[in-house]
Amino acid sequence: MKKVRVIARIDVKNEFAIKGIHLEGLRKVGDPNTMALDYYNNEIDEIVFMDAVAAYYDRNSLSDLIQRACIGVFIPITVGGGIRTIDDIKNALKSGADKVAINTRAVQDPSFITQSSKIFGAQCIVSSIEAKAVEEGKWEVYTDNGREPTGKDVVEWAKSVEKLGAGEIMLTSIDQEGTKRGFDINLYQHVANNVSIPIIASGGMGKSGDAVELIKNANVDAIAIASTLHYRIESIQNIKRTLVENKIKVRL
Amino acid sequence: MRIAVIDYDVGNVRSILSAFDNQGVHALLTNDKKKILESDGVILPGVGAFKHGMDNLNKYGLVGTIKEYIETGKPFMGICLGMQMLFEESEEFGNTMGLGLISGKVIKLPTKDIDNEKLPHVSWNELNGDESLWLGTILEGINNGSDMYFVHSFVVQPDNESDVLSTTEYSGSNFCSSVKKGRVYGCQFHPEKSGKDGLNIIKNFINICGQ
Repeated sequence: MKKVRVIARIDVKNEFAIKGIHLEGLRKVGDPNTMALDYYNNEIDEIVFMDAVAAYYDRNSLSDLIQRACIGVFIPITVGGGIRTIDDIKNALKSGADKVAINTRAVQDPSFITQSSKIFGAQCIVSSIEAKAVEEGKWEVYTDNGREPTGKDVVEWAKSVEKLGAGEIMLTSIDQEGTKRGFDINLYQHVANNVSIPIIASGGMGKSGDAVELIKNANVDAIAIASTLHYRIESIQNIKRTLVENKIKVRL
Repeated sequence: MRIAVIDYDVGNVRSILSAFDNQGVHALLTNDKKKILESDGVILPGVGAFKHGMDNLNKYGLVGTIKEYIETGKPFMGICLGMQMLFEESEEFGNTMGLGLISGKVIKLPTKDIDNEKLPHVSWNELNGDESLWLGTILEGINNGSDMYFVHSFVVQPDNESDVLSTTEYSGSNFCSSVKKGRVYGCQFHPEKSGKDGLNIIKNFINICGQ
């Protein structure tokens, strides 16, 4: 059985790590570099930095931050928010990122995924998908950090991004995001049954039991955790221990 | 000590440089032939497609330089794609010739377990091997079963079992996750992204370069 990756997701606005609910009402929670180092030293498996306002303001400001975060953090780093051009990806990789997460630009121009995957390799391209429930068993794709509806169906879009050349999908439930009420298991089941690339589940975790519940019921490859870590609700060690106790393999 | 990290525009090298800094050795990012040949140790990094990697090595005129350096018998380490290119050929996007420094080829990771068949293999995964054979190599002091970070779809298949330093199991396949031929090393995983165990591999490589 594969090892499920336990990822810390740090949303960033300007120089601050922030956290909202349903991707809105953002509050400062700390310094992104200090947080990344702390999570690394406590055996997190990976870190995702998302620029929460980049797409909205048409900018990409994470390079400097990643450069600083890279010093002392020797685990994979994914960067998202405001990635629009091949040069943006080059800059992110040069700054120390291993992967980039692309949402808005991919929806506007799906060929951007193919183009970037050909240049940098599929392993480098994470398709970030923001999902909002519209009816039972149906979700709509949103962009611009949960602000803009697109009319696209999440399962169909996930199938498309796989064909286009994405190497992973980071799937965020806007409905659950920041609520600490647990993952939208139904959403991950639907998507996991239709794609064969790795899926990172993001949004809703409030306790380690939520992760167990999700992993037992949907074939996800990683969980991205924000509030639970940022507000020190549970330690990384405790989360991993709970997973192991429930016969889920993780890196220890 | 002079360590060169070969600069040929393929992937993230900053973390490799940081990993050496972290171990107290400044590594030079370069594609200058003279500087590479003068080094006490050389790293060939790389992520992405095999053909793109070979094309770029050719573009910078580095194929001959790498072969010349390795002939000197000084330590060399290929990481991920940098390891794959040490082999004779790859079947990625049609057959592409590699550096041919280790006998064998690069094939798509054979996935057998239908419940766990995702590619690319993006995961922490365990190194398996005989710890006694790891003494004096880049894996010295690493415990059998330690987790390293992998991200790849292709794997090397060495012709000679004796070149295999460790194996890793994924989706029902045991693939070669690191190689050693003389003082030429390769690892499929990313030591610069594998936390403290990964940094120990960098430290071991530095020690080998100092010998």
